[in-house]
Amino acid sequence: MKKTLIEVKNLSAWFKKNQALSEVNVEIEKNKVVAIIGPSGCGKSTFIRCLNRLHEEVEGAFLKGEVLLEGKNIYDSSEDPALIRRKIGMVFQKPNPFPGMSIYDNVAIGLRLNGMKKRSLLDERIEQSLRSAGLWKEVKDRLNYSGLSLSGGQQQRLCIARALAIQPFVILMDEPTSALDPVSTGWVEELLQKLKKQVTVVIVTHNMQQAARVSDRIAFFIDGKLIEYNKTSRFFTKPESPKSEDYITGRF
Amino acid sequence: MNRPFFYQVRKFYNKSILLLIFLLSFIACVPFFFIVFFVFQKGLGVLNLSFFTQLPPTPDENYGGLANGMVGSLKIVGLACLLGVPWALFLGVFLSEKPQHKIAQSLRFVVDLSISVPSIVIGIFVYSFLVSLFGFSAYAGSFALLMILIPIVAKSTEEILKMIPHHIREAGLALGIPKWKVIFRIILPGTLTMLLSGVILALARIAGETAPLLFTALGNHFFSKSLGEPTATLPVQIYEFSKSGFPNLENMAWGGALVLISFVFLINFGIRFFLFLLRSRNLS
Ligand SMILES: Nc1ncnc2c1ncn2[C@@H]1O[C@H](COP(=O)(O)OP(=O)(O)OP(=O)(O)O)[C@@H](O)[C@H]1O
Ligand SMILES: [Mg+2]
Repeated sequence: MKKTLIEVKNLSAWFKKNQALSEVNVEIEKNKVVAIIGPSGCGKSTFIRCLNRLHEEVEGAFLKGEVLLEGKNIYDSSEDPALIRRKIGMVFQKPNPFPGMSIYDNVAIGLRLNGMKKRSLLDERIEQSLRSAGLWKEVKDRLNYSGLSLSGGQQQRLCIARALAIQPFVILMDEPTSALDPVSTGWVEELLQKLKKQVTVVIVTHNMQQAARVSDRIAFFIDGKLIEYNKTSRFFTKPESPKSEDYITGRF
Repeated sequence: MNRPFFYQVRKFYNKSILLLIFLLSFIACVPFFFIVFFVFQKGLGVLNLSFFTQLPPTPDENYGGLANGMVGSLKIVGLACLLGVPWALFLGVFLSEKPQHKIAQSLRFVVDLSISVPSIVIGIFVYSFLVSLFGFSAYAGSFALLMILIPIVAKSTEEILKMIPHHIREAGLALGIPKWKVIFRIILPGTLTMLLSGVILALARIAGETAPLLFTALGNHFFSKSLGEPTATLPVQIYEFSKSGFPNLENMAWGGALVLISFVFLINFGIRFFLFLLRSRNLS
């Protein structure tokens, strides 16, 4: 049974006068992994940043169209962007732990500032999040070290743990493994498969193999336009658009 | 090209430049060491218990202290910090978080300008607007120091917050944390050490200001009973006694200078120690 979680309708986005997305329509099903692919600058990051209302935080950026989450438009004037972002977590391309904050606090801050104060509950949730992100074993004895004392790859997994801690039901990932070694990348891909049971994932990646391995659906963009949206197996074997075929075979 | 000879030349060149940098840095520090040395040499002998508890002597007395100046300085500088630091922090946050805002742009202009206003001008300004109406007082002194402190702290706050890249703030927003909480609960605590360095710098600056206090707090031979009266301060006492021509008063001035320097050092170390405690508590 098909169950639509996010429905993007006629979404166009601009940075000042520069249009980055035009008329994108996508339906994302619950508990699926959707990979966003396309050449550099085609609007992948812009697209996922429209899904958690981060696009509007950029000076001079605006958009048109609708993004329905469980049938409700997140851009409705009555919607609080903070509440929406609690449901839709995000992992950025560059690891960005909070400065001057311990590993523990980095993961805890989202919970604390959303009202969870009880230490035992926090401890439990933080261990669980760090385990999910595959970082627990490495940091369990130095939770009070600065988050910035970790290596780049560890920092990225810390950021994943931070996003998981508030238990969102959608997770957006912008090239989350581009700073990771193959082993950590394997960890994250495995994590995605586990996460799929509870959450829906939208992941931007430049790595075709990764897209093929982890995703159920592929959204392929060129120049801000959605060229093809298809089942992953179909996309790689029988793409509908000749442009997709060119891109897959590296003739782009 | 990569013959050993050239390598030797490069190595020598590298070493000479390093030596030059070291020398220049050392020379830059020399005046500081001399100041500290002289102030200690001349001031240390004056310090005793009565220096911290008694009023200044007359030219023919051989005892006394600068207790009223120390208390006055503490009051005036303390009040200026109490009001000025939070105010300036908010101003700095506004300037860095809303850089394009019309009001922010004009405020930034004003802040940049007022940093370069000589403190004596601020003294005259406060004199003609406040003192001419309400008379000399500690309030007027604090107000003048406030006008020096706010632009310095606001500017350093703005610059420090601008160093934190935008994507760190976005990481906070993406956790569903409202914008103001991201700034006040994540960005400000994360930069506390640097922010307080800016505050210490401003504090050291206003603690030693003399000219604006001459026009506002004036001075007082006794303890002032309220903030509404003319009030003695260390810098003004140092200024007056050092040009008095009486050796016993000149000694008092050296003692005052030593206390002033130590006061700024102590505040500096105190704040750093506080930060250290905060960190070791948070990170455990
Ligand atoms: N902050 C910004 N200000 C102005 N223009 C921007 C900004 N960010 C992106 N753009 C423009 O929007 C378009 C889409 O950018 P976007 O970052 O979404 O591309 P992308 O597909 O994520 O690229 P990459 O694979 O290199 O990350 C590009 O033309 C880019 O120049
Ligand atoms: Mg991108």
